[in-house]
Amino acid sequence: MSKHFPKSVNKLPLQIIIYLFVISGLATAGVTYYMTPKYTRVGYAPVQPVPYSHAKHAGELGIDCRYCHSNVEKSGFANLPTAQTCMNCHKIIKPNSPLLAVVRKSYETNQPVPWVQIHRVPDFVYFNHSVHIARGVSCVECHGQINQMEVVGEAKSLTMGFCLECHRNPAAHIRPRDQVTNLDWKASSEAEQLTMGAKFVHDWKVNPPQSCSGCHR
Amino acid sequence: MRNVYLITTFLVVLTLSVLGLRGGYFTKSPIDVFPDTLFPGMKFTSKVRTQGGFSFFSDGRSDRLPPSGVVAYSQPFRGDDSVLYLGKAADGSWVRGYPASLKVDLAFVQRGRERYTIYCSPCHGNVGDGNGITKRYGMGATPSYHDDRIRNLPEGDIFDVITNGKGPAYQMGGYADKIEPKDRWAIIAYVRSLQRAQLGTINDVPAQVKTELGIK
Repeated sequence: MSKHFPKSVNKLPLQIIIYLFVISGLATAGVTYYMTPKYTRVGYAPVQPVPYSHAKHAGELGIDCRYCHSNVEKSGFANLPTAQTCMNCHKIIKPNSPLLAVVRKSYETNQPVPWVQIHRVPDFVYFNHSVHIARGVSCVECHGQINQMEVVGEAKSLTMGFCLECHRNPAAHIRPRDQVTNLDWKASSEAEQLTMGAKFVHDWKVNPPQSCSGCHR
Repeated sequence: MRNVYLITTFLVVLTLSVLGLRGGYFTKSPIDVFPDTLFPGMKFTSKVRTQGGFSFFSDGRSDRLPPSGVVAYSQPFRGDDSVLYLGKAADGSWVRGYPASLKVDLAFVQRGRERYTIYCSPCHGNVGDGNGITKRYGMGATPSYHDDRIRNLPEGDIFDVITNGKGPAYQMGGYADKIEPKDRWAIIAYVRSLQRAQLGTINDVPAQVKTELGIK
């Protein structure tokens, strides 16, 4: 009787099953790593019409975030500055710089500077800047160290998991209200942050919603 | 079977080398795993968004400029308190002192300090001497608050400067869009305290603080 199949074929079904596990594991790892916002969105730093440096203005010069994003305490939407805001200084400082040509044109013609939006959550997410600012959530929590960015890029994933991490444990993230726009501020220690945070949660009655309708309407 | 694993390894290495690791910077629009073209209206509806685009209007923007004659909700209207909103008394002269509806207390001055630090200190400096950070970059003409001309300005006049700006060709722009009228008054109160502080003598220091500082 001749051998139609080599003996090793007996192991083949088991080997195939093992390989299926391996390949599905790899596929799961790949999708988790490459198809989530931590890979697809974090690091998105589009080329802007004006090479504005936050590292220069907010970091080195120490201009407060609210000088330009002036409605962030009053409105759900953190506004981009008007060209007039830039011209408050740039009428006199570097008035003829070619880098500022777009801003000057906007100031003269009343047409907005075509900034490219970086951070954008889907329309079914109702994020309100002012309530977060008012409860001691710093800009840095969601936007990263903008004051060190020459070109602004998305620093955090801004996924629902990201939001819930803080909504479930606000004490670890909130800070004194006068330090909200100080992006370099840190509590002296982690324990200090938790004690202080717990106090703020109590005093300010911080109760971040974890129900669906808190953020989705 | 060995070949299958080799090919798999090759594919993994290929994916890693093409897609790289997390944490890099890129300028192209992010890839959407569930793009709007496949799932229209799921993430982004066709609503008008703040400071967004809107092709319906010829200038392509969603934020509309108010038609002429329209008074915005937050702006003063005829018959409103002219002292609070314009810094002017009934006869049109600049008022001295503060609007009657505002309580000038420590919290008010502290609010003024906070607003001053955000909006004024870049040019006028933290103590109001005109040596803000912008001076190093060529902002030359910022005056000091600590000369008699400005010390003697009526509060209403200062209010008007914050609101509408000042100087030839409005070198200082108006801050009406950034600072609410009440906050403008708070800033004035803080500026007054800065001016007072420059004229302080040792006799103004409270006795208790003197001991703490080791001053006799």
